[in-house]
Amino acid sequence: MPSTPRTLLDKIWDAHVVCTPSGELPILYIDRHLVHEVTSAQAFEGLRLAGRRVRRPEKTFATPDHNIPTTDRRLPIADPVSKQQIDTLRNNCSEFGVRLFDLGDADQGIVHVIGPELGITQPGMTIVCGDSHTATHGAMGALAFGIGTSEVEHVLATQTLRQAKPKSLELRVEGALHPGVTAKDLVLYLIGKLSTEGGTGHVIEYTGPCIRRLGMEERMTVCNMSIEAGARAGMIAPDQITFDYLRGRDYAPKDFDRAVAEWERLPGDPGAVFDRVEIFQGGDVVPQVTWGTNPAQVVGIDATVPDPTAFRDPNERDSGSRALDYMGLAGGTKIVDIPLDRVFIGSCTNSRIEDLRAAASVVRGYRVASTVHAMVVPGSGRVKRQAEQEGLDQVFRNAGFEWREAGCSMCLGMNPDTLEPGQRCASTSNRNFEGRQGKGGRTHLVSPAMAAAAAVTGHFTDIRHWLYR
Amino acid sequence: MQPFVSHTGIVSPLDRANVDTDQIIPKQFLKRIERTGFGQFLFFDWRFLADGTPNPEFELNRPVVAGSSVLLARRNFGCGSSREHAPWALADYGFKVVIAPTFADIFFNNCFQNGMLPIRLAEEDVDELFRRARVAEATGSPYRLRVDLPAGVVTDDAGFSRSFTVDPFRKRCLLEGLDDIGLSLQHTDEITAWEAANAAPAEG
Ligand code: SF4
Repeated sequence: MPSTPRTLLDKIWDAHVVCTPSGELPILYIDRHLVHEVTSAQAFEGLRLAGRRVRRPEKTFATPDHNIPTTDRRLPIADPVSKQQIDTLRNNCSEFGVRLFDLGDADQGIVHVIGPELGITQPGMTIVCGDSHTATHGAMGALAFGIGTSEVEHVLATQTLRQAKPKSLELRVEGALHPGVTAKDLVLYLIGKLSTEGGTGHVIEYTGPCIRRLGMEERMTVCNMSIEAGARAGMIAPDQITFDYLRGRDYAPKDFDRAVAEWERLPGDPGAVFDRVEIFQGGDVVPQVTWGTNPAQVVGIDATVPDPTAFRDPNERDSGSRALDYMGLAGGTKIVDIPLDRVFIGSCTNSRIEDLRAAASVVRGYRVASTVHAMVVPGSGRVKRQAEQEGLDQVFRNAGFEWREAGCSMCLGMNPDTLEPGQRCASTSNRNFEGRQGKGGRTHLVSPAMAAAAAVTGHFTDIRHWLYR
Repeated sequence: MQPFVSHTGIVSPLDRANVDTDQIIPKQFLKRIERTGFGQFLFFDWRFLADGTPNPEFELNRPVVAGSSVLLARRNFGCGSSREHAPWALADYGFKVVIAPTFADIFFNNCFQNGMLPIRLAEEDVDELFRRARVAEATGSPYRLRVDLPAGVVTDDAGFSRSFTVDPFRKRCLLEGLDDIGLSLQHTDEITAWEAANAAPAEG
């Protein structure tokens, strides 16, 4: 046994370094490679041109999610360029022998929703995908991060990646969240404290009693947004909640108890040292709303839009002013006075069954405001079916929400689901960048419950005072 | 990949922090299945007005920076999505070097994969470069920088000189235009041995 105490990251890293050729970056073995249509075509083409194969197709899983319609799946895809990208994924998967959860497959969905849901994601694994929100999978105690298309090609060809070991950052959250405050609020709050680049060069491990209390899906919401603080990966040590979630899932290990015995050795050793530690109090968090064009530009629901001219850092001052300009907001405006045109409940951050349950419980017995167009896009086919079994689709439909098929949808608006210029949206997704949901569109990031309440009242509303029916 | 050894070019200052990959290449252009031809879409929503004509207000559209190949930016350049379309668009537009105080991790890695050199300089040095570019442009001539990768220095012809560091492996790959997949495949035996030793009970 090595005597130096190791963190979760150290343990996973050490277990996956194949070798470090002299003068080169380490070669890290990759256990699971998730693939979607937007960042893989050029990688498969590269393999083809070089006459290379996919080294371990059985460790590679693909699904179309980013660029697909969320309307009736029996209709053909109207946009020929989108159709070509999805056809290309199909052809590549069949040519290279990769398992594809295709449109029409009952298990299709957002890649970061279906990985954990199917048990493809497991503790202790290294997981990559050509998508920055791969950090989501770290919630199960895996080292999971996004890569570019050239790296996708590298993983396809070698089942490894060239990587320098990142630094470790412990974000310890003490205490507990107040009622009405969710994992989404917590992570937005943490990003606001850290800044969009506070985690650059680091892998975040979320620790502390407040994190331990979170359920599996809430942990996914937290890890999902690690990249918004600049960290390529976020992780949470596996515990009984993780094991209970995984047991019985399609791709979970056959000899589950033996696997659990292995996984129980993963959490960091007592005394293991992080490169950096930051400590926060769960009780300090209130429901959050972003006011600007990056996720760190965030305040509590009870606050006002800040005045960026008062910011000390010149970069922040400049980007804050640009943001208010773009968002059509003035400093000093109460957050609860901001009216909305659209509400989007979905994305790999908040489209799982618990998110839909939370939103539905707010909406039940109410109608969407006449000024608001609201939609719910479940994260996967499974989530959708589960929600329908529970009657949640009826709750949403009765209130006037649209109920869609699974996909990324208006999280990035590559498909027809987009904002019109100037439209203001309360969104449960993860990025409020300029034009993210449609050119000229204005995105405010919130939790599912806050989005649901805003849909009903037509403006941001403090969910802590909601009258549930 | 084209080797990168040294480069001299016109500097395009882009005085904004947190430039995200959604701005570098908006999502409507991610549907293409090629690696090439993305330059025309670079900074699309900033670069073009609603009617499709170039936005005269946008920094890169100023005539004085026409033909530029060195992009100068502020903190956290390339944050957001992992889309390699961002470096593809920058490279296709003609950029060979991006200089900023800090970069987002995935974007930073993606640059090297495309023969483009991202250089981190201290914030005050970046300030100084913005200042020098403004001074040069005020006289109507573009500001030029020279980047020497083997020596690891950026210089102008008016006395600015700063050294920068690059990971030795990334540096070698750039200098020699190496395909890192090819390099990793030289270690196939080790990869196979790792797989044999780790045929985990966790395999479902
Ligand atoms: S839901 Fe949004 S953030 Fe998540 S993978 Fe899809 S596009 Fe990316």
